[in-house]
Amino acid sequence: MDPNTLALFQTLAQGLLTGGIYALIGTGLSLIFGVMRVINFAHGDFLAVGMFIALFLFQRFHLDPYLSLLIAAPLGFGLGYLVQRFLLARLGDRLESSSLLATLGLGLILSNGLLLGFGAQPQSINVAYATQTFKLGGVQISLPLLVAGLGTLLAIGLLNLFLYRTELGRAVRATAQNPLGAELQGVNTTWVQAVVFGLGVAFAVVAGVLLLPLLYAFPTVGENYTLKAFVVTVLGGLGNLPGAIVGGLILGIIESLGAYYLSNNYRDAYGLVVFLAVLLLRPEGLFGRTVKRV
Amino acid sequence: MTERTKVAQPVSGDAEVLSVRDLDVAYGEVQVVFGVSLHVAKGELVGLVGGNGSGKSTILRVLSGMLRARGGAAQYRDHNLNGVPPYRITELGVAHVPMGRQLFGQMTVEENLLMGAYLPRTRERRPQNLQRVYDFFPRLKEKRASPAAALSGGEQQMVAIGRALMSEPEVLLMDEPSLGLAPLVVKEVMRVIGSLRQLGLTVLLVEQNVRQVLKVTDRAYVLELGSLVREGPSADLLDDPEIRRAYLGV
Ligand SMILES: Nc1ncnc2c1ncn2[C@@H]1O[C@H](COP(=O)(O)OP(=O)(O)OP(=O)(O)O)[C@@H](O)[C@H]1O
Ligand SMILES: [Mg+2]
Repeated sequence: MDPNTLALFQTLAQGLLTGGIYALIGTGLSLIFGVMRVINFAHGDFLAVGMFIALFLFQRFHLDPYLSLLIAAPLGFGLGYLVQRFLLARLGDRLESSSLLATLGLGLILSNGLLLGFGAQPQSINVAYATQTFKLGGVQISLPLLVAGLGTLLAIGLLNLFLYRTELGRAVRATAQNPLGAELQGVNTTWVQAVVFGLGVAFAVVAGVLLLPLLYAFPTVGENYTLKAFVVTVLGGLGNLPGAIVGGLILGIIESLGAYYLSNNYRDAYGLVVFLAVLLLRPEGLFGRTVKRV
Repeated sequence: MTERTKVAQPVSGDAEVLSVRDLDVAYGEVQVVFGVSLHVAKGELVGLVGGNGSGKSTILRVLSGMLRARGGAAQYRDHNLNGVPPYRITELGVAHVPMGRQLFGQMTVEENLLMGAYLPRTRERRPQNLQRVYDFFPRLKEKRASPAAALSGGEQQMVAIGRALMSEPEVLLMDEPSLGLAPLVVKEVMRVIGSLRQLGLTVLLVEQNVRQVLKVTDRAYVLELGSLVREGPSADLLDDPEIRRAYLGV
């Protein structure tokens, strides 16, 4: 293969895998929005919490970050469940109007809590595979990035099974489509919302853990990811889960292409440009209403 | 809809399953229901009629837990209903077919019906109940795989009723099932409601379509500006000159 083609493939592979993580983050945000009509502005901060849970478990107990998923994911679920139960559910009828401030405030509490507990300096973990790569037809792929991509596939696959193959999953979809109708069928929609918020946060936390071998952890690392999650979700259409997955992949590829062919300094800006273009041209998202929602 | 297949005769007094006494309901400071009392006996089909904004839906909302009354009592058998969340009232055996049907538009007809059997107490008999609903509404069986949103208004109303039946209710509350339907379809829906008693159901039917309601129900209450003004056997009300003038346009 000539070097230019190889570089293109390299960039695309990188973008696709990074996009997988964005898809994971965006799916959580979109799921929450689809069911509760709430945009979780603390989403990236939950991702940061995930990174620090894995960091803590690694430093304290030498637990491999991938193993710590078994602890971090349930913790994230519980955290999200409690936040919905004791914070968002209290807003009652004012939920849609007050959730922006409530989740923004929550994000501040989380990032400042991390600052208190772990300090401001960026930290990373020292695992052998962090810098490991392998070649696939000439394309070099980072091992942790590949694991992150596979983890995303697994998480989204499980979510799909849950939503379309279980009784509770059907109740979640019903609640998303018509909360009053669901409540009248005997669904405790307040509880369903807590489960959904828990799942969304667990997705963010899992994404954080998967990113730890790749990135430095610092308390405000999440801000950028809240923005990315939002971009992904809007690209795919708010509340549209398949849309969020495609949106994530698109964002990853755009960033990667932009970083390689234009300038690496503006990596985070390329997605925003596309985001603005989509908002202006197709405010309902790339797929509009034609794709099945939650 | 399982064992209760006998046609119960309307009886009064201790056989009443649903009742409302001296009900006062307000939205914020604005009171819209004033001291309303009514009851429905086992197996009865009772209508609640009145003009726009007279408070019919408000009373149903209290009975299905969507709204808390300011004063008075709402009861299903021994259970006080006031302030109980909707999902628990469904669990007790009072199903609500809400105004506007409130279907799950992107789910198939069958999934909508299955949602009606979400309650654990009914899950075991779900296949039989589904079969009964399909027997009752053969049209729904044909459309079982279509998204609910793609159905006609009349068919959607059948889905809403079928979905409510899936929870094996004793009492069915219905709010304006004829809303937005063509006259011929209204007749069909009313025929269906009339035949619900074959399933042993007790029904409280709220409607603006006074003539149709009085034709199909046993008894009816007439609400005006939040207060009851008349009640009695539907056949009598249908002949009543005052009712005819005010509601039937004759
Ligand atoms: N959510 C609400 N907030 C404030 N006022 C309300 C609300 N819902 C209904 N009302 C008022 O309460 C009164 C009774 O309304 P309700 O919906 O019970 O009437 P209705 O008899 O069902 O009328 P319709 O036949 O038009 O459905 C009306 O004056 C209405 O404006
Ligand atoms: Mg009404």
